[in-house]
Amino acid sequence: MAAPTLDRTTSEGRPATQTVPLGKALNMGLRAAMERDPKVVILGEDVGKLGGVFRITDGLQKDFGEQRVLDTPLAESGIIGTAIGLALRGFRPVCEIQFDGFVFPGFDQIVSQLAKMHYRSQGKLKVPVVVRIPYGGGIGAVEHHSESPESYFAHCAGLKVVTCSNPVDAYWMIQQAIACDDPVMFLEPKRRYWEKAELDTEATPDPLFRSRVVRSGTTATLASYGPMVRTALDAAAAAEEDGYSLEVIDLRTLSPLDLDPVFESVRRTGHLVVVSEAPAESSVTSEIAARVQQECFYSLEAPVLRVTGFDTPYPPSKCEEEYLPDLDRVLDAVDRSLAY
Amino acid sequence: MPSPPQPPADRGQQPPPDQGEAISVGAPTATATPPTAEQVIAGLRATTEGGEDLVQLLTPEGERVHHPQFDIEVTAEDLRGFYRDMVLIRRADREANALQRQGQLGIWVPLLGQEAAQIGAGRAMKPQDMAFPSYREHGVAWCRGIDPTELLGIFRGTDQGSWDPRETGFHLYTIVIGNQCLNAAGYAMGQRFDSRVGDDDGEATIVFFGDGATSQGDVHEGMVWAAVYDAPVVFYCQNNQWAISESVERQSRVPLYQRARGYGFPGIRVDGNDVLACLAVTRWALDECRHGNGPVLIEAFTYRMDAHTTSDDPTRYRLADELEAWKLKDPIERVRVHMVREGMADQDFFDGVQAEADELAARFREFCVNMPDPGPERIFSNVYAEESPVVAAQRDEYLAYHASFAGGEH
Repeated sequence: MAAPTLDRTTSEGRPATQTVPLGKALNMGLRAAMERDPKVVILGEDVGKLGGVFRITDGLQKDFGEQRVLDTPLAESGIIGTAIGLALRGFRPVCEIQFDGFVFPGFDQIVSQLAKMHYRSQGKLKVPVVVRIPYGGGIGAVEHHSESPESYFAHCAGLKVVTCSNPVDAYWMIQQAIACDDPVMFLEPKRRYWEKAELDTEATPDPLFRSRVVRSGTTATLASYGPMVRTALDAAAAAEEDGYSLEVIDLRTLSPLDLDPVFESVRRTGHLVVVSEAPAESSVTSEIAARVQQECFYSLEAPVLRVTGFDTPYPPSKCEEEYLPDLDRVLDAVDRSLAY
Repeated sequence: MPSPPQPPADRGQQPPPDQGEAISVGAPTATATPPTAEQVIAGLRATTEGGEDLVQLLTPEGERVHHPQFDIEVTAEDLRGFYRDMVLIRRADREANALQRQGQLGIWVPLLGQEAAQIGAGRAMKPQDMAFPSYREHGVAWCRGIDPTELLGIFRGTDQGSWDPRETGFHLYTIVIGNQCLNAAGYAMGQRFDSRVGDDDGEATIVFFGDGATSQGDVHEGMVWAAVYDAPVVFYCQNNQWAISESVERQSRVPLYQRARGYGFPGIRVDGNDVLACLAVTRWALDECRHGNGPVLIEAFTYRMDAHTTSDDPTRYRLADELEAWKLKDPIERVRVHMVREGMADQDFFDGVQAEADELAARFREFCVNMPDPGPERIFSNVYAEESPVVAAQRDEYLAYHASFAGGEH
């Protein structure tokens, strides 16, 4: 990962604004959280000496020690299950699941214990565990390395599910997720780890559980999250050349969904296209379509359309460019909505 | 009187299918199919095979025997206390079973026969120690100062665990088999990270699970984690011989305590119907942990004298002879015989405990039948530490809907 570019410094001599890739922003956010709270510990496979297979935890074990950054045995149920025990004792564990498709051995602990602990104890027990998952495709990987499992977790009461799309959000959202007293599934768009943006570490961040309009427009609304926000923004830029003004909303939080900005936008544009690379059926995009028709029925000029991955297992990577929504598929859906 | 709750979903609700050649095809049978030969042999073998490694300090006949490593000194007062513990918790257990039969509980999970395994372990704990139970540990709960009435809500359907795990050092019951072994391993790792391990005042964790749970991945992973992080956790397996209808032979080729060797820590098999042996071995194991020498596996060799739950029908998979054989090893009777023989307790003492048990049962029953049903707002409470607007909106909408019927009561 490229070294950050230093632009200016704070009064303490630290750089306040730097151009950093998303992966480095996560690393910086984790470091800030660990400096702030000695109870923050990181657990995962290869997160220590190696710094994680994507280097998101690079250098943290060296600086914080082996008791704060744990190279765990290779068992995801063990990572989640012991993190719960640590949380019951007052720690704030951050679990790294190495790849999306490897979270399922830990699924039982997530849905049976992590999600329900606060409820079944009626608030006597808190389990502030963050589960970081690099997710989504587009990196030419083998099976089980390109999946989008967010809907499983969004469907599970007791969990909160967020996903960042850019370095600035990555830096702040990981710190906010760690500070949250609820369990948070933190989904990282792995194909965007290397995308850069200017990060001001002195800025005031948006709240964690809020969606945000990232591009204003009037013709139609695109709602997206995680890795597909970049695709939606690219589509909006291309549409502008054709005279369309597309509004783009980065959902950021998938559970709870924050759809007020979407409702407000749809009431103005009358057209909504939801973009996600996860399969369509019974998904986060299904939920958005249902809620928008419920809240914006008389404002809609066309049915809510979705551009998604297909209802298949993730295909061999030589097919993934066809599988993953791209600019053309997004604009095709916009055209169909406007022509309805 | 509130209407009884429906039984919660449970494996025991539907008797498991018969096995092998015993399956009768065609016309339905009027009576339960008898156990298979394999099941009978497995069950009866368990009555005679504790193995030569079994740690025992009090024989089924009430004779005090000594053990080179695990012997302990107990006073007559200690013994009277353990006897009282076991009699009282058995009485609460039998009362709960009856309450289920009378429709006051949706289901009950009997501990009958496992009193010594649980009281011995529970009384070995120090106040600073932490226990992670499965769902049958009523005796351990008793030792942690949790009144038996506090267990009722789970089985009546009014709550999912009412006690405060942090105040009592007793985590909520865990129903998914084996999950708690990992939670306990993590908690124990925290005890070490907090530097609370290393001397007589150190902390330790003990996790309870059954013979069936040993097949679960989470139990294996819990032992791996505990071993590689030197976690101060005692894995306390109550081998009660039956996982609903499946004998231990369905779970393991080797005696369960021997599995510890594969993880690199000690494994001890103790007579689970001998409260002194359970106390001695667990106290030793917890002390090893609090001094930084954990983890330890204990297999308490015992017997589930009643059904898996009130929804289960053991006549389908084991013979009554097996139960009769285990009655001769009753955990309470051997203490009684020993105390009488040694002059440690007189009839007044036994009468007093009996009277106390009767009072407990009456209070337990009275409490149970008067438990209020939770209101509909309970559905939505405490789903999150930081309230979700989605849940809040559903709550408000449903409570408004609910209130719309209240006007009809005028």
